[in-house]
Amino acid sequence: MSIYTPHTDKDLAEMLAAVGVKKLDDLYADAPKGLKVDKINIPEGKSQMLVEKDFAAMAGKNKIYDTILRGCGAYDHYIPAAVTALVNRSEFVTAYTPYQPEISQGVLQCIFEYQTMMCELSGMEVSNASVYDVGTAVGEAIKMCTERKNKAVIVGAVNPQTAAVAKTYCNAGNEKLVQVAPDKNGLVDIKALEAAIDDDTACVIAQCPNYFGLIEDMTKIAETAHAKGAKFVYIFNPVAATVLKTPKECGADIAVAEGQPLGMPLSYGGAYLGILTCDAKMSRRMPGRVVGQTVDKNGKTAYVLTLQAREQHIRREKALSSICSNQALCATTAVVYLAMMGKTGMKQVAEACVSKAHYLAKQLTAIDGVKLKYKGEFFHEFTLETEKYTKAVERKLDKMGILGGYKVNATDSIWCVTEKASREVLDQVVAVFKEGK
Amino acid sequence: MLIFEKSQQGRTAITLDKLDVPAYTLKAEKREQEARLPEVSEIDVVRHYTALSKKAHGVDDGFYPLGSCTMKYNPRINEKISGFDGFTKIHPLQDKSTVKGCTELMDTLTDRLCEITGMDAMTLQPAAGAHGEFTGIMLIKAYHASRKDTKRTKIIVPDSAHGTNPASAHMCGFDIVSVPSNAEGGVDIDELKKVVGEDTAGLMLTNPNTLGLFDKNILKITEIIHKAGGLCYYDGANLNAVMGVVRPGDMGFDCMHLNIHKTFSTPHGGGGPGAGPVGCKAFLASFLPVPVYGTLPKGYNAKKSIGKVKTFYGNFSVLVRGAAYIDTLGAEGIKDAAQKAVLNANYLLSQLKGDYDVAYDRICMHEFVLTLQGLKDETGVSAMDIAKGMLDWGMHPPTMYFPLIVHEALMLEPTETETKETLDQAVEVLKTLKKQAVENPEILHDSPRKTIIGRVDEVRAARQPILKYQF
Repeated sequence: MSIYTPHTDKDLAEMLAAVGVKKLDDLYADAPKGLKVDKINIPEGKSQMLVEKDFAAMAGKNKIYDTILRGCGAYDHYIPAAVTALVNRSEFVTAYTPYQPEISQGVLQCIFEYQTMMCELSGMEVSNASVYDVGTAVGEAIKMCTERKNKAVIVGAVNPQTAAVAKTYCNAGNEKLVQVAPDKNGLVDIKALEAAIDDDTACVIAQCPNYFGLIEDMTKIAETAHAKGAKFVYIFNPVAATVLKTPKECGADIAVAEGQPLGMPLSYGGAYLGILTCDAKMSRRMPGRVVGQTVDKNGKTAYVLTLQAREQHIRREKALSSICSNQALCATTAVVYLAMMGKTGMKQVAEACVSKAHYLAKQLTAIDGVKLKYKGEFFHEFTLETEKYTKAVERKLDKMGILGGYKVNATDSIWCVTEKASREVLDQVVAVFKEGK
Repeated sequence: MLIFEKSQQGRTAITLDKLDVPAYTLKAEKREQEARLPEVSEIDVVRHYTALSKKAHGVDDGFYPLGSCTMKYNPRINEKISGFDGFTKIHPLQDKSTVKGCTELMDTLTDRLCEITGMDAMTLQPAAGAHGEFTGIMLIKAYHASRKDTKRTKIIVPDSAHGTNPASAHMCGFDIVSVPSNAEGGVDIDELKKVVGEDTAGLMLTNPNTLGLFDKNILKITEIIHKAGGLCYYDGANLNAVMGVVRPGDMGFDCMHLNIHKTFSTPHGGGGPGAGPVGCKAFLASFLPVPVYGTLPKGYNAKKSIGKVKTFYGNFSVLVRGAAYIDTLGAEGIKDAAQKAVLNANYLLSQLKGDYDVAYDRICMHEFVLTLQGLKDETGVSAMDIAKGMLDWGMHPPTMYFPLIVHEALMLEPTETETKETLDQAVEVLKTLKKQAVENPEILHDSPRKTIIGRVDEVRAARQPILKYQF
């Protein structure tokens, strides 16, 4: 029996009688007899007390680091207590998609505020209500562009996770995806990009800050794409977006991002948030849900799901995307986080990330045999090239509760510093490198 | 009022530590105008979003018989567990030796879901049901491609299917063939035979279907597809009706998705995040997105993988909740949940039959569809009017106007976690509304009246789209 089914014996008897069957199994008369399973082979149920204990033990087998100096698509930012408390309110948590606007104004307004904030970050005119993550955002962005052309070009150091998902989406729609490797400076190779764009190229996709942490000349990339009649998809970082020239200012047609840095815990890679914003001209080709402002019958301001004629439940196979459920609660998290941090807080976070990352980079590269792989300016991630980031160093950091940079090959590692890392800890990391072995 | 309208220049809700390293000024080009994020205090934020939460309606607020969505109770313990530091504070690129708990959880969950569904392998990557469909159809595409069977360009989808089915198949480059339903609401076998052929890549089917009916011919249907060389995809949206009783893998399905956020009780969060794992038979396992967890079938070869469908490993925090739910219920509890879901639906149906027309009057599974065409003809009151009338009674309405093949459809799915008293109350409300429809239809055209806003102007929203705050 399940503890979540409230039926008493009396209920059961009365309800079966009302339905006109003798026992529960009679309800399955339509299922061919041979199909019925006697009992599935999984363990018996447990008390909540035991479940909690067992999962606590499982969680205990994971190592929690006090300081995380690793990013590569998942960033360890401080999450104010109010964010978690508000987002966990059960009205938000246990609601379905806001199909009934009269009782869903709270959820709808959150999404409307989310759309506004995402447009503020990227500078674009329109945002949808979210997609699954940055990888699927790029996959969907490509589909927005491939109306008449069939090829997409991913250029420079785009996070390999993102590129891999985009590749699957292109394989699905029989679109061609070409990847142009970064130049020796770790940046977009403009010449190679020019050569890769042909008449069939629908869009060019680049990331800034890129996978190595470097700030790209996105305006130049956008111009290169546009000169050859291709659209430009900008993959931004929402924290960096509060400081850097916006995707819109750089000339992006679509701007997407991983929204996890906006108040979502690392949670072993999910649930995160796919941000998708675009130029007003492309809004009718945008996938997924959108909330619009309107009025109710008495003229009162109201919010409602809109532009649904694009979506799968209306257009079925003619829809550009099949997305239905998205990452709504993650979008709500982003909204509450940005409201808490506000204009000043986000500026401070960005400044702290940049300053601390540059501090660590400077201290580390002062050590003989440790250098930056690329000379370009970086945001809060940088790539080290050194023989000194040895297993022993990694182990020592691990013992101190520090998760060091992510090794991408024998000599190169990508480091990320957020506002959470104190100078004291960063100095400890430098000391461990100096000790070496 | 929007949060932006509460903003006051210079007000802040949070202070960061004083910068303990030299400030570094970027040389890169900066944005021209600052992002207009709100400037508010913490109490402003707390009151604003608390107020908004009060303008939302979740399962915790009341009965939610939204058909096809399985709005069952979301146990609190699963929320608590998914919030353990040992899960939330784990970076996805940590060394394998430091994430043994995560791996154990994903391995165990994969194996249990395989057992529940009768599949041999599974990926936990897809983030939602539609994302699962996309992944599953990609498996079918990869299978035919691996056999160089390029003539298979069509996916067959019943006319009663969820809109996501044809949309997902189309995203994977397939053409869609629609097959009509028979008088009993199932797939019309003769029509199916007519459309199936050597261009058939596969069939997508929900069973029980979107009418809430178990298709008696299920074995015949999957056999017809297999004989033609196609594969069968099971849309697991309605698995809650049959888990622990019958298994898609035994019905002849080759791959499928399930909705952790429906069947396995994880909350919907106002529209997500969900999780839509995709299971398959051994011969498709090598095509699954990487990495794959759980026990892998013999001959598994990751090199044939379709790639990744999501960054990292899936919506892990959702999967944790689902795993805890399965652990609590166990083998018997899983079956019990399905049986009681079906009992609740049939009980509700039996109590409403006298007042409302049923689209297909027979024993249903976990949900059923009413058709209000007769009522509308007679009184002018539509399915929408009745649904809106329910709002004034604190109840979330059923799914409206779906499936498309039923006129003036209301689809009710009570789920197993509701008590008989709640169902009886819903019956009372729906009977009252029926009476109102006959005696005073104007009230219903004008409903809801007790909610904070009345019916909204959807046409205006679409014709003059305002999609963000106008600063």
